[in-house]
Amino acid sequence: MHIVIKLFGVPLSCPITNSMNIWFSCFLFIIVTPAHIVRLYDRFEALDKEKTGHLRPQDFGAINRLAMNPIGDRIIGAFFSPGQETVDFHSFVRILAHFRPADKKHPKDPSMPEPVNSRTSKLKFAFQLYDQDKDGKISRAELLQVLRSMLEMQVTEEQLESIADRTIQEADLDNDDAISFEEFRKVPLGRARRLTYQHGPLQHSAPRILSQPHRK
Amino acid sequence: MVLLAISRPSLASEATGNGTEHTITTLPIVIWKWEEIHFPYLVALWVLVSWLCKLVFQLNPCLTRVIPESGLLICIGWVLGGIIYGADKVQTFRLQPFTFFFYLLPQIVLDAGYSMPNKLFFGNLGAILVYAVIGTCWNAATLGLALWGCWLGGAMGNIDTGLLQLLLFGSLIAAVDPVAVIAVFEEVHVNEVLYILVFGESLLNDGVTVVLFNVFDAFVSLGGAQIDAVEIIKGIISFFVVAVGGSLVGVVFALLISLLTRCTKNIQIIEPGFIFVLGYLSYLTAEMLSLSAILSCTFCGVCCQKYINANMDERSVSTVRSTMKVFANGSETIIFVFLGISAIDPSIWVWNTAFILLTLLFIFVFRFIGVFLLTWILNQYRLVPLDFIDQLVMGYGGLRGAVAYGLVLLLDENKYKEKKLMISTTLIVVYFTVMLQGITMKPLVTWLKVKRAAVSERTLAEKIQNRTFDHMLVAIEDISGQIGDNYMRDKWNNFEEKWLYWLLMTPIARKSCDPIFNIFHKLNIKDATSYVKEGERRGSLAFVRNENKADVDFNKKFGADFSEMIRDSVPSVCLDMHEQDLKMRESEDFDAHHLLQQHLYKGRKQHRHRYSRKQLEVNKDEHEVQEIFQRTMRSRLESFKSAKMGVAPPKKISKHLKKDQPQKVREACTFSSFPLVFITIFLEFSEGDSASGYEAAGGSFPMRAYRGAGIVNPAFMAEMDTMDPMPPMQQIPSWLAETEVDSSNMVPSQRAQLRLPWTPSNLRRLAPLCLSTHSNDSFLLADSPATQEGISELPPPPPPQDGQGQGTHK
Repeated sequence: MHIVIKLFGVPLSCPITNSMNIWFSCFLFIIVTPAHIVRLYDRFEALDKEKTGHLRPQDFGAINRLAMNPIGDRIIGAFFSPGQETVDFHSFVRILAHFRPADKKHPKDPSMPEPVNSRTSKLKFAFQLYDQDKDGKISRAELLQVLRSMLEMQVTEEQLESIADRTIQEADLDNDDAISFEEFRKVPLGRARRLTYQHGPLQHSAPRILSQPHRK
Repeated sequence: MVLLAISRPSLASEATGNGTEHTITTLPIVIWKWEEIHFPYLVALWVLVSWLCKLVFQLNPCLTRVIPESGLLICIGWVLGGIIYGADKVQTFRLQPFTFFFYLLPQIVLDAGYSMPNKLFFGNLGAILVYAVIGTCWNAATLGLALWGCWLGGAMGNIDTGLLQLLLFGSLIAAVDPVAVIAVFEEVHVNEVLYILVFGESLLNDGVTVVLFNVFDAFVSLGGAQIDAVEIIKGIISFFVVAVGGSLVGVVFALLISLLTRCTKNIQIIEPGFIFVLGYLSYLTAEMLSLSAILSCTFCGVCCQKYINANMDERSVSTVRSTMKVFANGSETIIFVFLGISAIDPSIWVWNTAFILLTLLFIFVFRFIGVFLLTWILNQYRLVPLDFIDQLVMGYGGLRGAVAYGLVLLLDENKYKEKKLMISTTLIVVYFTVMLQGITMKPLVTWLKVKRAAVSERTLAEKIQNRTFDHMLVAIEDISGQIGDNYMRDKWNNFEEKWLYWLLMTPIARKSCDPIFNIFHKLNIKDATSYVKEGERRGSLAFVRNENKADVDFNKKFGADFSEMIRDSVPSVCLDMHEQDLKMRESEDFDAHHLLQQHLYKGRKQHRHRYSRKQLEVNKDEHEVQEIFQRTMRSRLESFKSAKMGVAPPKKISKHLKKDQPQKVREACTFSSFPLVFITIFLEFSEGDSASGYEAAGGSFPMRAYRGAGIVNPAFMAEMDTMDPMPPMQQIPSWLAETEVDSSNMVPSQRAQLRLPWTPSNLRRLAPLCLSTHSNDSFLLADSPATQEGISELPPPPPPQDGQGQGTHK
């Protein structure tokens, strides 16, 4: 059986392979096409070894290469809303949707809420990787943690601290010794080109995590 | 050795006629036997001369920085050729097609296949095939047709040719040459996707061009009148049969090699030889079946590398690798030198300005058009489109080389009246592309890069944020799975694991295929070697103090590239703490940027799979991966253990908070707990998650951990405690004082422990090794308070094991 939906005026037909959950997600994030969702669902099922319909942190941990990622733990953590031990497909897609390319062709409708793949929400996602205590600020200690995991071990503690201090100094505009989200987003990101990712889940498009190379 | 049939034909014939018939009147003590051995002697001499050429200008790095090596070799060839011509008045040495195709080319192709970054290659196989097949056909057809048009228009004067001959010429010169391309691109740093595209294209399109060449050659022989639709269809079919057939032959031989290496355990000495012989045989077999030999050899190398590397002994693998490089690099050198020498021969030169210039122009223009066109099509389907700069570099990287020259020499002069013109044109094209484009390539790439880099990373925050994004994307990529070709890859991996491993790998090799086992194994070996090497480099295992303070600034003075190099070849030695602190306090402008640049982990995306004929591939990022891996494993083990002990698994946040403890404590913790972690993980893997596995581990490993801690230089530990309060200038490094008192006391200094890539924890793993040499010392130290402190940092093992471990030790 096939379902035909209209996406940007283009009728798309897609077999119903999995649960209707997929469709729900699909309508939620209009930009994600059904094919992508189906593919993500396959991936979700593959990760979900025990077929519970929920992923646990261990399931993510089973991804081999994630263990090689210095901030892998944080990223896994970002999938779980506070206090929850599992993530269902819906939230899974919602998180991944952050990484959709921002849509250039369809200018933002001001009446609509900010789409999840906008530059701001992408930055917010990155921001919360730093901001582990969720107080809306990257404190020195939080920055140090990230730096520590991202820097090789031969960098000494003093060096780490001096880097953290300098970084905060650079970004800190209101002298509160911490980086707020507003300050965070003002850090220029010159190399937007490198922030695309390859072989991502969403094909036939050029995912750019941040489509504008400079701040707005 | 490489047999070279480069010699003067006249001499070769003389060799048989002359000599031997003398009647001996008296016993000669020595006789002059030049005639008998002159052929192999000349061959060996030429090889030597070519290689010496390379040596000569490697002494002059300024030169090689400007002009690519291939260009320089050609220049040297000109000089040598000029000397020979001046002496003989005739060019006696030149590159014969047979020599080229049967003695020089195979090892280059085999090496390229063998050292191919497989994943990258197969990941981009579609694009590579499009460029190699369609691109080459496009180049050949457009060049042939355009030249034909000009010829009809009368632009070239009176030359005896025709559409088919021009198409043939187009096809032989269409292919981008791997030898030239690799030689140039190796020195230019481009991103890996671009690199694999150009490289893969150049490798595969050689096969394509040879096939095209044969088809058109047959067409020319048939004559224009007899070519009808049937013949053309036959031509197309033969094109695919030859190309696919050749690849299949390669795959079959790859299977053969892999199967063979399964059972060569008892003859390890000649194990590497099989690879070369069978690789060469795959080339010859395909040639015998009139299939594409180049494709066969390439695919043989590509397909067998994984299995033979797993099957063979480690020494054999490194032998194969280095020998392959020797052959390939050697013959590449010879090829370029002879490309130069061959030119100094007036008898082959026929000048036709219009023909030559038009060819150059068309090659250049159509290459660009082809690349842009195909890329545009590919970009419709590619996830990450190739951007304009990539396309520019790709188009510009269309270097032609020795394959074209070898093919043009194969032409039959009776059929092709303008053979000489074609030869001269080919040579001109080769020189033009290799020299001119080769020289300008690097500035072009740097210039384009500079343009990109100009807007980036002025601030630390920016740099850190960028790197975070990199890691984030990589992680998301992993989580979401690389969908698309990933599905196929998954299927293939399953198939491979199920059947191919079983068929082609020895049971032992299968086991070591487990990535984790593999990583730990490699890590251990690497640590051990580097540890010993570093010790020996410094004269003994007691690393003497380096008085040269310049070390600190070493990386600052030179560019990042250089320091990168330094760091990898000779792990830059950290000075001990005080000096470093001092230095930092002295110079207020501590270069944090540089530090970040150097020490931030790179996202996986940036890892370069570099193919290089000049050096064995060393994955520079390995230690980094391992480092991260260790950390992750450690943190997992911690949570695992606390779970075992009935404590709720720590939340993410608490895990990170834990990292927030002062570095010293963390390090101490790292030191002592690592061996435990290390080994327990093994057990986890071998025995599953069961509690018994852990129990068994607990019995022996705390002891090892203890021992590991025991080797710690007490001075080091004490120093860590007292370091801060003491003013840096007055502080006499206590470990130095220690060594003065007891000069036989050979323990790695603090410097060694701080030095990375061999992290402190890594060194600890080697501690037992050290222990055995200087046992009394370390046992003494084992009771020192410093080490006790180290032990206290151990993640608390279950009580019974702890006691057991200590008891065993004492």
